[in-house]
Amino acid sequence: MESALTLNHFLFVSGVLFAVGLAGVLIRRNLIVIFMCLELMLAAANLTLVAFSRFNVQDGEPGYDGQVLLFFIITVAAAEVAVGLAIIVALFRSRETTDVTKINSMKF
Amino acid sequence: MTFLFYLFAAMALIGGVGVVVNKNPVSAAFAMILSFLGLAALFIQLNAYLVGILQILVYAGAIMVLFLFIIMLMNVEEEEKRKFPIVNALGGSGVAIAFAILLATVLKRSEIGNAGLPRLSVAEGPGNSDVHRIGELLFSHYWFPIQMVGILLLVATVGAVVLSKKQLK
Repeated sequence: MESALTLNHFLFVSGVLFAVGLAGVLIRRNLIVIFMCLELMLAAANLTLVAFSRFNVQDGEPGYDGQVLLFFIITVAAAEVAVGLAIIVALFRSRETTDVTKINSMKF
Repeated sequence: MTFLFYLFAAMALIGGVGVVVNKNPVSAAFAMILSFLGLAALFIQLNAYLVGILQILVYAGAIMVLFLFIIMLMNVEEEEKRKFPIVNALGGSGVAIAFAILLATVLKRSEIGNAGLPRLSVAEGPGNSDVHRIGELLFSHYWFPIQMVGILLLVATVGAVVLSKKQLK
């Protein structure tokens, strides 16, 4: 059975999801939601890696290098979230807000 | 197969839009979990079983629980009253739509992009699962990066603990 799905389907979904995340970063003003949109962009890029890995078949096997890279990206994302949320909590303690328009100076 | 692709792609995209338009950060976090589940299903459709499960465990599980914990610390009511500035909304969605149109135009012309799914002929049995293959690669060819990732996680743990101290000096 010939499948109608092409690489473009997956790349387009990934790109649109990335664009939605980018729009979220530009539109929202809550620091935590902006951070969530950043994670969304990172996850959207993951779909590109998996799609290229699956379409790069050699000897009947997908190219696993893309999936290994994705493994590293997931690890880095987890570390990034841990540190980023700690920074947000520290910021919230000193400023009592998560609105980015109110956090516009490095020191006050 | 194609129907499932559209179903889960719609799930991922609707979740993503939900993150952007939901004023309540808790609803945004749940929309994000929906989006990650859709993405994980797409991964599994692409025969990346290990990565799909990791996506659910790490992103939808660990990371989103962390986000929800932090959201508990802040004032949700204040956030719900806030309005989106019209200029930001127009600019943000304009950038996103322009990016999507650009992507569609470029992808339509790409030659490799229009190829169908290649057939896999992976033999069944132990030693042929993708978990086994990725594990083998990680601990042979990618031995150095995985050491670095270990150090990265250690540094991130120490950094998170230091940043959570009451008094930053």
